[in-house]
This record gives sequence, C-alpha cells and structure tokens, in this order.
Amino acid sequence: MSDTTVLSVRDLTVEFVTRRGALRALDQVSFDIGRGEVLGVVGESGAGKSVTGAAIIGLIDPPGRIAGGEIRLDGARIDDLPPEAMRKVRGKRIAMIFQDPLTSLNPLYRVGEQLVETIRTHTSLNAAEARQRAIALLDEVGIPAPERRIDGYPHEFSGGMRQRVVIALALCAEPELVIADEPTTALDVSVQAQIIALIKRICKERGTSVMLVTHDMGVIAETADRVAVMYAGRVAEIGPVRDVVKQPLHPYAQGLMGAIPSLEGDATRLVQIPGSMPRLSAIPPGCAFNPRCSRAFARCHVERPELIRVGSRQVACHLYDGPGAEAAA
Amino acid sequence: MLAYILRSLMQGLVVMLAVAFIAFSMFRFVGDPVVNMLGQEATLQDRAELTERLGLNDPVALQFARFVGDAARGDFGISYRQGRKVSALIMERLPATVELAVLSALFAFVVGVSLGVYAAIRRDGWIANLVMSLSLIGVSLPTFLIGIGLIYIFAVELRWLPSFGRGDVVMIGWWSTGLLTKTGLQSLVMPVLTLGFLQLTLIMRLVRSEMLEVMRADFIRFARARGIPERRIEFRHALRNTMIPVITIAGVQLGGVIAFAIVTETVFQWPGLGALFVNAVQFVDVPVMSAYLLFVAFVFVVTSLVVDLVYVALDPRLRTGNPAMAK
Repeated sequence: MSDTTVLSVRDLTVEFVTRRGALRALDQVSFDIGRGEVLGVVGESGAGKSVTGAAIIGLIDPPGRIAGGEIRLDGARIDDLPPEAMRKVRGKRIAMIFQDPLTSLNPLYRVGEQLVETIRTHTSLNAAEARQRAIALLDEVGIPAPERRIDGYPHEFSGGMRQRVVIALALCAEPELVIADEPTTALDVSVQAQIIALIKRICKERGTSVMLVTHDMGVIAETADRVAVMYAGRVAEIGPVRDVVKQPLHPYAQGLMGAIPSLEGDATRLVQIPGSMPRLSAIPPGCAFNPRCSRAFARCHVERPELIRVGSRQVACHLYDGPGAEAAA
Repeated sequence: MLAYILRSLMQGLVVMLAVAFIAFSMFRFVGDPVVNMLGQEATLQDRAELTERLGLNDPVALQFARFVGDAARGDFGISYRQGRKVSALIMERLPATVELAVLSALFAFVVGVSLGVYAAIRRDGWIANLVMSLSLIGVSLPTFLIGIGLIYIFAVELRWLPSFGRGDVVMIGWWSTGLLTKTGLQSLVMPVLTLGFLQLTLIMRLVRSEMLEVMRADFIRFARARGIPERRIEFRHALRNTMIPVITIAGVQLGGVIAFAIVTETVFQWPGLGALFVNAVQFVDVPVMSAYLLFVAFVFVVTSLVVDLVYVALDPRLRTGNPAMAK
C-alpha cells in the first residue's frame, strides 16, 4: 500500500444470514483506490458491486454483516469503528451518491435546508456561512441561479438537476472518496453524459477519489482510471482501464467487453455469455465462472483462483497461473 | 393553493346541505310535528292554526330553505320534550362534550404518536413488542367494557376517582369548564381514557407501520450516507414524512371522537351532547335529534377541512398549485 492510497480493501467478506445459513454476497474482495483516482466497478446485477459500496460506507442493512477482511481509509481501519465514529466518517470523508435522484432527496425539505443540515453536521460553520457554502456548491455543480434555487423543493427540480443537487450534497464536507452507485442509471441518456462529466470534473479539481459502480462499460471506458470486474461476489480482474477494456484477460471480462456494441464495423450479432450468474446459494466449487466458461479445465472445478499479477493488472484465473500461462494469454 | 382551499370549502358545503336535507326529512317521517307539539287533546282548529303558523302548508322546497336558513343562524326550533330552544340546550351541553373529546383526542394523538414512533425505532425491543401486543387489546375491546372496567377498579375498589358526572364546574361566560376544579379534573380522567383508548391504539399502530415504511426510503438511506445523526433522521426526516398519512386518518378519527362520545357519555353519565341525544331518541324529540345530526356533520366537515390545511402545511408538493407535481 503506497502513500497515495486512499482506500484499501483487503479480503472483504460480507454475509447475509438467512434461515438456510449464511449467503456470501462478497467473498474476499481486495482492491485499492489511489488519491484522485477513479475506480470503475462493473459486473452483472448481484455481482456484489453495490454491496461493496455499502460495506465501505458502513451501511449494510441487516441481516447482512461484514464477516471478514478489513477496510482502511488513509491507513486507518474503518470497518470496525463504533457506529457514532463511523457516522462521522460518512459524509465527511466518504460520501455516497445513489442511483435514483428522484427518491434520494427528502421531498418535504428545501434543497437548501438539506445542504445546510449536512454542512453543519460536519463543519463548524454557522447558518449564514453554511448557506453561502451551499449556494457556492450548487453553483459548482451547474445549477443556474443557485441563490434562488436553493429555496426550491426537490420536486421543483428535474431529474438531472436533482442528481446535481445530490452530488452537491455528497461534496458538502469535501470527502476524500465518493462512492457513486450507478449515478446515471435512472436518468435520461442525454443527461447521463453531463452528470458523468460533472462527477469527473469536480473530483479532478478537488483531488477526490471516486468509486464508480455501474454496468455501463461506455461510462467506465470514458471516466475511470482503473476498472474492477466483479463476478459472483469476487473480483475477476482489476487493472488500468485501457488494458482491461481493450484486451481483457479473464474469460468473463472478455465476454463482458465482447458484449459492447460498436459503432464501427459490421453490425454483427453481439457476443453473449452463455448461462447466467449463479445464485449466492449455489456458487459452484472452484472458480465461480466455470459452468459458463468455454476454456475451463479440470483445475477450475476444484481450486478457486486467487488474484495474481499479470503485467499491469491482477486477474483471478487459472489460465494465467503456472506453466503454460503465457501461451494461454 | 387558494383553489385547493376553495374546493375543500365547497365540498364541505355540499356535505352540510345533504345532511341538512336528511335532518329536515326527519321532521316529516318521524311522527307528525303538530301532534307532537300539541299533544292528544288539541282541537282541529288548534292544529290547523299551528300547521299554518309553522309554515307546514308551504311547498317542501320553501320549508327546506327556511330550515337551512334557520339552522345557519343557529335556530333549530324548540325541543318537544323540554319546551326550550334546542340551541340553548346544545350550548348548555356543548362544553362538557368538547372538553371531553378534545382532551381524549389530544391524549390519543400525543401518546399514540409517541408510542408508535418508539415502537418503530426500537422495533425489536421487548417493550415495543409488549406495547404492540397490548394495543391489540385496545383495538378489540369495546369502549363500554373499558369504561366499566375502569369504574370497577378506580371508583368501586380503589375509590380514587368519581364514577359519574362532571364534578364541580366553573362558569366562564356561558362556557362551563371542569378544568379548573379538583373534582372536575378527577371526573375527566376515566372518561378521557375510555374515549381516547381505541383511537390511541389505532394511531399508534398506524404511526409505527408508516414510520417503518418511511425508514426504508431512499432519502433516509442517503441521509445516513451523509452522516446525519440517527436521532435527527428519525425525528426530522422520517417523522414528518410519517405524519402526512397519519394526519389524514387521525383527523377523521378525531372527528369521530367528538361526534360519537355517546357510549362513553352514557357509561359515565356525562352531561354532554351524546347523553342529550340518547334522551332525545328515547322521547322522539325530533328537533334535538336533527340538530345533533347537523352538529356531527359540522364537526366532520370542519375536521376534514383542518386536515386538508395541515396537509398543505406539511407537504410542499401541494403548495405549488400544480397538481401533476403532487404525487
């Protein structure tokens, strides 16, 4: 872990306790996010993307719980903090942006009230100063006439504008890390690009790190510095976005990238990964991807692959491990 | 906004007219008012004179208009049985019922909301579970049984509280209040508990389920993600959202408390409007009955109007005047 690492996740395991035993939503997930870096996290629904974000910010709903591993922010563990100490981390040092801006804001309070409340929770500003700060934030996220709009109610804003307000709320206390959980999924396509550009610009200006959870590979390719591909609660491949998108190593990542439609070239049928992701209660032994993998061999059915370093990235696949690995690549 | 209030007012007016028509019809269908007023030994001439004097020979529509006009001025005629103006009888009984009902409503609302919030926040605590179980008893026990049970325990066995009546009252102008004397307050305790208990349990259960629902909302999760203290999330963000549906139901319920204090007033021999109505029914005292009917309707119309206004105060989405924006 280097000096520039903001967030370090090691062997993070999250379980949901049910009547029929514990289900592992996350199984020994490890990754780092550097200062000012944008880490994209992709994967199918249920791969554990959102759970990872919730675990980092300490908001896993019961019966879920962190069953193992550790999360470090600037080198200090935060996964075992008492609730009150963790609350002070939330919003101040780690912020979160949710999927649906229409439901993320309390409909009964003016956006200014919600901004001022958040600012005053984390700083010692008085009401007037907090209001000034709120107006400046709204201006920064591109809300026109912020000194007037600050007294508007959420329902008076459009979807894209509300997501801008949500971003302003997340940035209130200048956090080191912003977790954006599918921030554009609920928005119009025309607005999506603006919001992504906004998140990217603001975080670059402030040196804020971003964990961008999405299943939109286009967004990842445009925005992220590095990308982590998740599958069935584990990291399949993680590395610089150029390498992973252009030349993925893990068969699952290859399938995922192959499924992106391209504007150039012939309109051929998109590649499809056969089958579907296993339920958490029925993850096969060995590599979780083995039932769907065209290149699976005997070892894949017995031994679970760990993340190993291959060039600039890490990949969890037996194809790149041991003798003959290069040939497979 | 103004249109919204005007619409509520118009609706209230229509309801009042409809009820007035029913109240008016009672005079025509429940016995003959002339016979009722003159008794058995009247001559035919007496009857003809009275019929003319009461305007009963006029067209029905005119009679109804006259009835509505009189009622709007607070004139409900003369009680058959007591021979006094109905308005005076009502004014005399009104303070007792209003004090009882308002205190019950207040008791039900304050305690109900507090317990409901507690039960929602400490969802798995044993006290919350105990309160929830006990509330089932409140929902299923009939009011008169609770009243009689209270009388048995606190008036008969323990002898702490009086079993009937209002105790000593003090006159403030025409308003008689039991709030200023010791016996008056003591007399209020059991009737208030009895009348408010059912509403309390209903409000409590409603608040709990609404609050649990709101606590699952995205904006609560986002407030948590911003590090807002949990107490503030519960009492500022969640409670106000909880209260919007609760106010509607509670408002209608509280109207019911004022209107239907009859059972409680009967059990405790409370000298209020409910008791007046029960006596009026026994003696087919139609003017009193129809006035009571109008009073009940009036209470409901006013409470629902107040509920609408509180609604607007609580929910900014209704204030913009754009109904499409309100959910």
